[in-house]
Order: sequence, then structure tokens, then C-alpha cells
Amino acid sequence: MNNLKLIIQREFIARVRNRTFVVMTFLSPLIFVGMIALITWLATLNNEEVRQIAFFDETGMFTSDFKNSDNVTYINYSDLSLNDAKDSVVIKKLYGLLYIPKKGTNKELASSVQFYADDAPNISILNGIEDIIASKLTNQNFEEKGLDLNVIENSRARVNILIENFSGEKTSKMTNYVKMFFGGAAGYFLMMFIIIYGNMVMRSVIEEKANRIIEIIISSVKPLQLMMGKILGTSFAGILQFLIWVLLGSVLLFIATSVFGIEAQTPTGIDPSIALQEDHQEEIQLLLQDILKLPLGTLVMAFFVYFVGGYFLYSSIYAAIGAAVDSETDSQQFMLPIILPLMLGIYVGFFSVVENPHGTVSTVFSMIPLTSPIVMLMRIPFGVNWWEVLISILLLFGSIIFMVWLAGKIYRVGILMYGKKPSYKELYKWLKY
Amino acid sequence: MTNLLEVQGASKRFGSFTALDNVSIAVPKGSIFGLLGPNGAGKTTLIRIINQITLPDEGKVFLDNEPLKKEHIQDIGYLPEERGLYKSMKVGEQALYLAQLKGLSKKEAKDRLKYWFDKFEISHWWDKKIQELSKGMAQKVQFIVTVLHRPKLLIFDEPFSGFDPINANVIKDEILQLREEGATVIFSTHRMESVEELCDHIALINKSKKILEGEVSDIKRKYKSNTFEVGLLAESENGLYDELKEKFQVVPADFKTIEEQLKLKITLDQSTSSNDLLGYLSTKAQILRFNEVIPSVNEIFIKTISENE
Repeated sequence: MNNLKLIIQREFIARVRNRTFVVMTFLSPLIFVGMIALITWLATLNNEEVRQIAFFDETGMFTSDFKNSDNVTYINYSDLSLNDAKDSVVIKKLYGLLYIPKKGTNKELASSVQFYADDAPNISILNGIEDIIASKLTNQNFEEKGLDLNVIENSRARVNILIENFSGEKTSKMTNYVKMFFGGAAGYFLMMFIIIYGNMVMRSVIEEKANRIIEIIISSVKPLQLMMGKILGTSFAGILQFLIWVLLGSVLLFIATSVFGIEAQTPTGIDPSIALQEDHQEEIQLLLQDILKLPLGTLVMAFFVYFVGGYFLYSSIYAAIGAAVDSETDSQQFMLPIILPLMLGIYVGFFSVVENPHGTVSTVFSMIPLTSPIVMLMRIPFGVNWWEVLISILLLFGSIIFMVWLAGKIYRVGILMYGKKPSYKELYKWLKY
Repeated sequence: MTNLLEVQGASKRFGSFTALDNVSIAVPKGSIFGLLGPNGAGKTTLIRIINQITLPDEGKVFLDNEPLKKEHIQDIGYLPEERGLYKSMKVGEQALYLAQLKGLSKKEAKDRLKYWFDKFEISHWWDKKIQELSKGMAQKVQFIVTVLHRPKLLIFDEPFSGFDPINANVIKDEILQLREEGATVIFSTHRMESVEELCDHIALINKSKKILEGEVSDIKRKYKSNTFEVGLLAESENGLYDELKEKFQVVPADFKTIEEQLKLKITLDQSTSSNDLLGYLSTKAQILRFNEVIPSVNEIFIKTISENE
């Protein structure tokens, strides 16, 4: 036990003292915040650009309909000839030229409007223009049929479904997005942690092998003890790094928001044109309620359990791989059994769970130990039966014991093998030594 | 004399390959025991079994008359042939870590390390990283770590490789000193001259089997063939050679001399003593050299191995 503590200590200090660790720990939050700031800045830059669009309207119907907005100004070129209008747009470097030809019927007109531009035009601007023309033409059609526009406008129904659960609590339509966001973030973070820190465990094993210190060490401690010490020591370093990130990240975000004046964005998905102002506020309130109503306690607990479980399961595989090879380049051939289930977990999570959190695919993958940490974390915000979680956790920890035992066997033999490029067949033989 | 270590019928197989086949050795307390054998004979596997790195498929190991158990790790100091240290760790920290793994308290380890570092005059290396040291320097640190916890049994696998002659001598003296202080030493090497110099017992392993074991003097006695090397000055060397050939088993010998002389190896049968030969030779020629041929460990090594092929 005492030796295990010594090994954990050494591994922890070796990881933390490593220059990459220090750089990564303190630079990543800066880079992260910098990226957010950059993206936000670029987005505002883009939005501030006012695009000038010329229109050439042969019908003369739309002249008053194109109203300047925050990011588009319209210029009427209808007095020029079409060719002059085109040249003028090119010379003045306008955004594009909208050409509305004169046609016999509105139907024909609707399909013959053209937009000239060198660059592919912005979709939202095109949509805006299409809306303007479409509503004008629709209204004209109504009038032609002798319908009263006011009557139509008044009889138009606006539907906004309010969602309540059976105990009468209101929820917002955002609920699913919120659940997705929390589950997805947890699952994704878990995957990143497993890959980054699993690799560290592997590198640490390879280092001992390459340095030839391994035989000196295992004449003092049991190989399994050494392996566990490595996995634990490295995970503590990871947790420390994570804590520093959370701390630094929140400080930096705070600074960034106050300096750059970036407002904390409400999650996307609310279409402001549909929701009225008061609805909007209610939505946000409901949204906050939703977040608070998530099984946050369960989520945090589950995150911790699956985090530890998933990390142990995978890092024992990483340790076995490290013991089997002589150098990091040789390890590539064994990466597939690690990357594949992780990727599968993420894909199942983002497609299957979001679509149907309690469907067969989601349920099965939240039980299989190699994918369960990611998939179950994504399912939990949607509410999962406690016994399902229990089974999944039992399966996970059962397979950890099995995997650690298996990895320990490979590790024990592998660390003393040099100069062999092992195949899976070879590894299988080692199990029996 | 009691045995500190006894291995009884140890076998180890890796798949279809037998690394060790029913090997037994007995290492007397206070001896320097040479474990010899060609490459791949199974020496390292045997050493790993003694160190509890590998478990034998069959056989038992006793240390101090007790079956080998986990706690015995602290009684053994092992310097493997494949040895190294953490490259990016400081020398002092590293030595402390390895000493603590062997069960020393931090303070005890520090005190003892200070003693050894002073003794080897390497105290100024304490804060250096291994990658700044030469191979020989790192070997010194490894040697210190091996002996620091004062084990009863020391196992050295090729301890002199990587040392210059001066430092090899320093290490050799330290090994002898440790033996004086009561340690038993197992010594695995290919350098026969150091076996000749240090070991009082040897075991020879070939192709996973032990083929020879015992006290060096006993083995030599067993392997000597009553052969004498003589240098003779006679008037007619050819005549003398023919004459001797009729009476004894004679082959020409080769050794370095400053004078021209007849150099021969004469093997006697059991009924003839060296005095008989000496008396006979003195009547025939002037004797410049007369000594018994005692086989070197190297010769025994080669002879036994080729006999067992």
C-alpha cells in the first residue's frame, strides 16, 4: 500500500512538472477564451457590414417594398438599362443586382426573378428578398380573387404550443436542447479526458520500458501495483488540470465579458420573429427553470462515477498497449479498439439519444461498458430509470475489474519484452504465460 | 555452511518455449556465486524468478530456509542487465524514490544516500538530471540504489559493463566489501576473468538446464587432467621430443618465453606422479619451466558446454 502511494506521488509529480502539462494548463483557457472572443468579434464584424443591393424592377410594383434595414440598403436602378445597371453594380462594387422582369402573370413572375452577384449571396438576405416579393405577390393574388386583406390578416392564427407535464409544471420547448447540451457536454468532455490522459498513461509506460528502469522497479513492486499507481497518479494530475481550467476559465470569461462586452448568449433555437416579447421572457424563465429542474445532483454524481469508471477502463487498455510496444509509433496499430468505441459512443449519443433517448439503440449502448460512460451520461438528463443506471454501472465496474486483470497480465509480460512487434495473437499468448 | 538461497527444481515455459528446465541451485551464505551460461541459456529467467518478477511453473525457492514471499523483496538487491533510470528525474529524487520502494523511510534513505554519494564523490550530482550524466555515471547511481537497503542477497547481472577499468575496480572492491559485511552475492556475467577473480562458487546453465555446479576449487580439481606444462633446454630437441612421446602423452605447447626452448604439455596417467616426471626430465634436459595446468573457468565453461551440445 505504501509503495502504491509512492508510485502515485511520483507519477503525479512527473506529470505535473512536465513542461507540456504546465503550458497546456495555463495556455488552454487563454486560447479557449481567445477563440470565443475572436469568433464573437468576427460575427459582430460580419453583422455590421451594410450590404448595398441594387434592384432593377421592370414591373415597378416593388419600389416601395424594399426598405433599408440594419444590414441591407437598397438602391433603385430601374431608370437605367439592365446592362448599365449591371456595369454600375460591378464598378461600384455593390453586393449584387436584383432583377425583376415584367411577366404576364404573377406565377410566371415568381419564377423568373434573378439575382446577379459574383460571390454566392448570403442565404438570409436572399430569404428576406424572397419573403418581400412573395408576400407582395400573395397579397396581389388575394386581391385579384376579391379577398379582403384585413380579414385574412385578422383570421391568421398564431400557434405557440405550451408544454406541461402531467403534474402541471410548465416547461419550455427548449427543454430538449438543454438536456442535449448538458448530456452532450458531459459525454464529450469525458471522451477528451480519456483520450488525453489515457495517452499519458501509455506514454509513461513506454517511457519506463524505453529507459530500461522497469526491471529495477518491478524487483521492488508488483507490476499490477505499478500499473495502478500510474493510472491513479495520472488521473489526479488530470483532475488538478481540470480544476485549474474551471477556475481560470471562469475568471477569464468574466474578464472577457466585461472587457469585450460580450453578452452571455441565451441558447439558440428561439426564433425571435415568432415569439413575441413577453413570450420570449417567459421562455427564458422557463428555460432557467428547466436547467434547475434537470436532475443536476444525479447528473453530477453520474458524471463522477462514469468519469472514474470510463477513465479506468480505458486507461488500463492504454497501459497494456504501452507495455506491449517499444515506442509510441508502434502503438498506432492498437489504437482502433480504443478510438472506435469512443467514437461510436459519441455518434450514438448525438444521433440516437437525441432522437429517442429511451429507444433500443440508446439503451443497449448505455449498457455496453465501453460506450456506456458516454451514452449514459447523455441519456441521464432525459431521465433514466434508476435500475437501468445501476445495471449499467455494475456492468461497467465489473468489466473494469476484468479489464484491469487482463491488462495486468499483458502488462506483466510486455514490460519485459523488447524488440518484438507484437500482434494480437502474440498478446493472446501472453495472457497464458 | 548453510545456504542463503535454494532453488529447487524450477521450471518455466513461455508457450512452447522452455526457458528453464528443472533447475536447482544452492547459494551458500557469504559466498560469491557465479551464475554462468551462454546467451539465452535461462540465467535471466532464473534471476527473475528469485526476484519474484516471474513465477516459476514448477519448483520452489527458499531464502534463509523460508519459502520465497513478498516481504523478501526487501532482502534482495537486484542490478539487472537491462538497467536505466528516469531520464528527466533528478538523481537525488530518483535514488530516494527507488530506496523508498525498497521499504526504507525517507530519512533513512537520505542519510544512507548521503554516505554513498560522499563515498563515490558524486554528491554534486544530486540535483542533476540523469540525461546530463554519462552511462558510467548513471551506473554508479544504479549500483548505490541496489545496495542501499543492505540486502542479504545481492544479484548483479553484468555489473561491470559500461564501466571504465578504474571504476570497474571501484565497484569490484565494493562488492568484496559487502561480502565482508555479510552479504551473499550472485553474479551473472560473461567476463570469465572477473568470475575467476571473485567467485568461490559457480553454476553453469546451458539451454535451460543446469549442467554444472559447485565450489570453484572443487570443480577445477575435477577438471584438471594431471597435465604439466614444461619448458626444456636440450641438445637435440627433436630427439628428446620423440623420446618423451614414447613414455608419456605429449603435445606441443605454446607459451611466451624469451629463450628458444622445447615447449610441451605432458599428461600423466594416474600411476605417475609429478615428481616422477620431474625426476625423469632432470636427467634429460635443463628444466626452465614446470607447472601444473589448472583449467581456467573459461576452459571449463567452453568444455562443458561443448560436451553437452
